[in-house]
Amino acid sequence: MQAQSPLLPTAVGVGYKPKHFTAILADAAPVRWLEIHAENYMGDGGRPIAQLRHLAERLAISVHGVGLSIGGEGRLDPDHLARLRHLCDWLNPASFSEHLAWSTHDSHFYNDLLPLPYTAASLARVCDHIDEVQTVLRRRMLLENPSSYLAFAASTLSETDFLRAVTQRTGCGLLLDVNNVFVSATNLGYSATGYIDAIPLDQVGEIHLGGHDVDCDDHGAPLLIDSHGRAVVDPVWSLLDHTLAQSGPRPVLVEWDTDVPAWPVLMQEARRADRALGRLKVAA
Amino acid sequence: MTAQAAFHAALLDVACPVPEGLCDGSGRPAGRRYGVYRNNVAVSLRDALDTGFPATARLLGAENFAHVAGRFLRSAPPTTPVMMHYGTGFPAFLEGLAPLAHLPYLGDVARIELALRASYHAADSPVADATILQGLDETAFFEARLVLAPSVRLLRSPWPALAIWTYTLRPNSPKPLAGAQDTLILRPDFDPEPHLLPDGGFAFLEGLDRGHCLGAAMDQAGEGFDPGPTLGLLLAGGGISFIHPPKE
Repeated sequence: MQAQSPLLPTAVGVGYKPKHFTAILADAAPVRWLEIHAENYMGDGGRPIAQLRHLAERLAISVHGVGLSIGGEGRLDPDHLARLRHLCDWLNPASFSEHLAWSTHDSHFYNDLLPLPYTAASLARVCDHIDEVQTVLRRRMLLENPSSYLAFAASTLSETDFLRAVTQRTGCGLLLDVNNVFVSATNLGYSATGYIDAIPLDQVGEIHLGGHDVDCDDHGAPLLIDSHGRAVVDPVWSLLDHTLAQSGPRPVLVEWDTDVPAWPVLMQEARRADRALGRLKVAA
Repeated sequence: MTAQAAFHAALLDVACPVPEGLCDGSGRPAGRRYGVYRNNVAVSLRDALDTGFPATARLLGAENFAHVAGRFLRSAPPTTPVMMHYGTGFPAFLEGLAPLAHLPYLGDVARIELALRASYHAADSPVADATILQGLDETAFFEARLVLAPSVRLLRSPWPALAIWTYTLRPNSPKPLAGAQDTLILRPDFDPEPHLLPDGGFAFLEGLDRGHCLGAAMDQAGEGFDPGPTLGLLLAGGGISFIHPPKE
């Protein structure tokens, strides 16, 4: 497998939004890397590709796929895999990641991250898909834990056992989204810190932070929606501290994908993440 | 039925009951928790159409557009994860809706928006040196071949589609007047811009795009066609990638 070069810095990154292009070129600090959604850079040319080439000269780039449907029952779309390969080949990103979810069924793409039951059969399928991705892309990938709004009665494995098994069988790493952990734990009634303690943190190559919306289910229980449309809430910052205290420093990304704020607002979040990483260095 | 097939079957059909086997953390039926996924899918696809077809959306009004987009996304979900291409069937879909028959130009306005998006993501290309044309004698000029840039798009309409698009999105634009309009889209740097083509311009550019020489393309444009204004537009907007004079 091809060595990943350059590596993602153990520092703060943000999800890249074109409206921040000029601000980033002027002064990105403390941000040292950017994450892009792979599918937005699959055109033939124009501004998106030109901006990406520009940014890649200055900052490390993480490519984050949102449409490969790794958790799907069907085979991976070979055309889409080829597009990802093309992007990773010319960009040589510091990281490639995708989701434990599905989005394509019978060749229809639903533009959302849909859930799967955790069973021996789905585990085998996900591992086959990750093997294929890592073979085609010739690099190790990171798999992101989902935000869950419901569970499958058919599941026989916990999500953390499922993810641990995936890393052991495929050699892939994990992208630990602590907001997703908080959302899923609240929605399904388990302990968020318990989830962190059960995940193989030594396999975590990146951490995500993001905002969520608050709704409720049919019984009036809180139902959190992973919207990426607002600031990170305090309990998620605490969960980040809890995670970093055990994992040690990791690349930490702030995601803000809808109602994208002005750069200074995003920077407040980035600086807070930077301080969380800074506290580790002081403690060490 | 597999778990995914069952999950998928009810995703875009709100009349379909929530699939069995889905629950909350204590094993109770998932109920509106499943609705979160339904909502995410419909809203994200509708937002993609709204972003991709801003003039169409404004012409229809928010409520009507949401309804029409909802029908379209259910009849034609994306077939690729590359969402920049979503909606290629939307103009024809609009034309097929009987309740929209009183807006016969809507499909062509949507085609302009689709073409602008395609141009935005088209491959970069060199800009031809216009002085090459100026240096040719008359015979060589008519035999020269021009290669249009990949970002160039040509559209025909029996309606004043470009004037309607402009009037809808740009304040202080003149009111559209009845009549057919052909549109040329050029992308000088990164921002595609639509231009009104003069009579014969569409046939002329179509000829060039098929690889005909300037003289043949002018013949297709019709008697008395002056290629000057259309060539001027193309050259000013970076629409010609290569100029191939005839081989000696």
